[in-house]
Amino acid sequence: MSDLIRQSAATLAAAIARREVSSEEVTRAHLDRISEVDERVHAFLYVDPEASIERAREVDRQIAKGELSSPLAGVPIALKDLLATKGVPTTCGSRILEGWRPPYNATIVNKLYAAGVVSLGKTNMDEFAMGSSTEHSGYGPTHNPWDLERIPGGSGGGSAAAVASYESPLAIGTDTGGSIRQPAAVTGTVGVKPTYGGVSRYGIVALASSLDQAGPCARDVMDTALLHSVIAGHDPRDSTSINAPVPDFVAAALKADVRGMKIGVIKELQGEGFQSGVLDRFNQSLEILTELGAEIVEVSCPHFKYALGAYYLILPSEASSNLARFDGMRFGLRVDDGNDRSVEQVMSATREKGFGAEVKRRIMLGTYALSSGYYDAYYGQAQRIRTLITRDFEAAFNKVDVLVSPTSPTTAFKIGEKLEDPLAMYLNDVATIPVNLAGNCAMSLPIGLAPEDGLPVGLQIIAPAMADSLLYQVGSALESALVDRWGGLLISEAPSL
Amino acid sequence: MTDSAANGIDQDLVVHLGKLARLELTDAEVKHYTLQLEQILGAITSISEVAADDIPPTSHPIPMENVYREDIALPGLLQEDFVPGAPSFEDDRFRVPRILGEPT
Repeated sequence: MSDLIRQSAATLAAAIARREVSSEEVTRAHLDRISEVDERVHAFLYVDPEASIERAREVDRQIAKGELSSPLAGVPIALKDLLATKGVPTTCGSRILEGWRPPYNATIVNKLYAAGVVSLGKTNMDEFAMGSSTEHSGYGPTHNPWDLERIPGGSGGGSAAAVASYESPLAIGTDTGGSIRQPAAVTGTVGVKPTYGGVSRYGIVALASSLDQAGPCARDVMDTALLHSVIAGHDPRDSTSINAPVPDFVAAALKADVRGMKIGVIKELQGEGFQSGVLDRFNQSLEILTELGAEIVEVSCPHFKYALGAYYLILPSEASSNLARFDGMRFGLRVDDGNDRSVEQVMSATREKGFGAEVKRRIMLGTYALSSGYYDAYYGQAQRIRTLITRDFEAAFNKVDVLVSPTSPTTAFKIGEKLEDPLAMYLNDVATIPVNLAGNCAMSLPIGLAPEDGLPVGLQIIAPAMADSLLYQVGSALESALVDRWGGLLISEAPSL
Repeated sequence: MTDSAANGIDQDLVVHLGKLARLELTDAEVKHYTLQLEQILGAITSISEVAADDIPPTSHPIPMENVYREDIALPGLLQEDFVPGAPSFEDDRFRVPRILGEPT
């Protein structure tokens, strides 16, 4: 098999299972690619080639003995750096955790290892997943493989860029307000935010516990379905994990059929603030879905315009509480110890030095929103709006099977362009945030290049909670129609680096 | 943009929030965050337009119940697992700065 790095995970897994190629060869090909291009892309914060190769050899031995028959056995993966990996550095993109090696694995990581998936390393991200560009990493930005001067989205820009630059066929991301979907959109890849509770959060460093959800990143819909199947399922170690059978996402992707389906276009998520080329591609996709036999219906979600405001109160409130654990006492950085400084002074000095600007900004915002006198007006009101947004979705799903919108209002912007303007940065998530607030599921998939800048555009498919299969069914139908037109995946148009 | 009286953001409040959040902010940061919090809260106040007093708040996307498990002992972390990650460790304990009293 030639050009191993350009194959899908499904193709690689099938070839490895047939012993046409070894996991070691596949892993080496990707490690070579990383050493060739990652100096420019900076998708990875940590790679350990020897450990990856050793692991791949072990998987090869297990496959040879017939002990492993998982659908992704032997395939490499990149892990977002907020998944706890035992003995392997886990920084969450923050200097406060520099050099920290967790004493245990996240449940997702254990599931991946049990399925014979081989880790290539840990990917860059906005510090503690706060951001939409990966510029807020404490270790420098990741670059978009389509144009190295542009952002790869965030917070999971490292995972998306690793997949888009053929450094890895698969990656894990986490999505609190769009951190899987928006990077997928701006890098021409596919990303899925599963239903809240569908994938275990155990061992994922928490940003906002009621919003966080881990999910798959890949270059095509089938690969995300395969990866989602491996990581999904109930975990007794996560009290918010849903105890229900995991649907057959792969069968749904194979079905690839929208005939007779009603697809709702969200009135509030188009028009003002959306780049014209994004809307052009979006409207073209609606035509394709109609040709494929779906009925397009406009629906209104009147409270979505308040989603961003509610989110930027709920998220900082939860984050300011969750990040209280980074106090320099039990793990991570400690600053200014000794000199008879009190524990409070050491904590304050440690957090001041260890956290970056965006993390401090959100901690301050959350501390404010939860403080007495402002709690009802801000946090309380935001929680009521959360209810109204959930009701908007319920009303919409009474009329249609799935909803669609552009994933991100613009294509990838230049590194540095919005760094000093937090509000402009927050607007990147306007279309993705409602799903996190309501807890249902969504996918972003590439639908073409914006004519004005030649950069990828993503379409978001939103399904009701626990109906993740619909994402794969609709996503693969649209993808296969687009691939027929293009003669291949959109990502094959990306510069070769 | 809302007036500062509504959200109360000024430099004194930002200094106070820094103390509550255990962040030893510099003077420059206090000025910077005063402006930015004002700006962000100004953009967010549109949520108060919605008359929602009779709407129940949502704190979590799925109905939460207490979850019990069987009372079976499982192996936990060993000291050797987490000691290497500790900033300071002595005599089988995390060593921390003094927690009482003023500096002498």
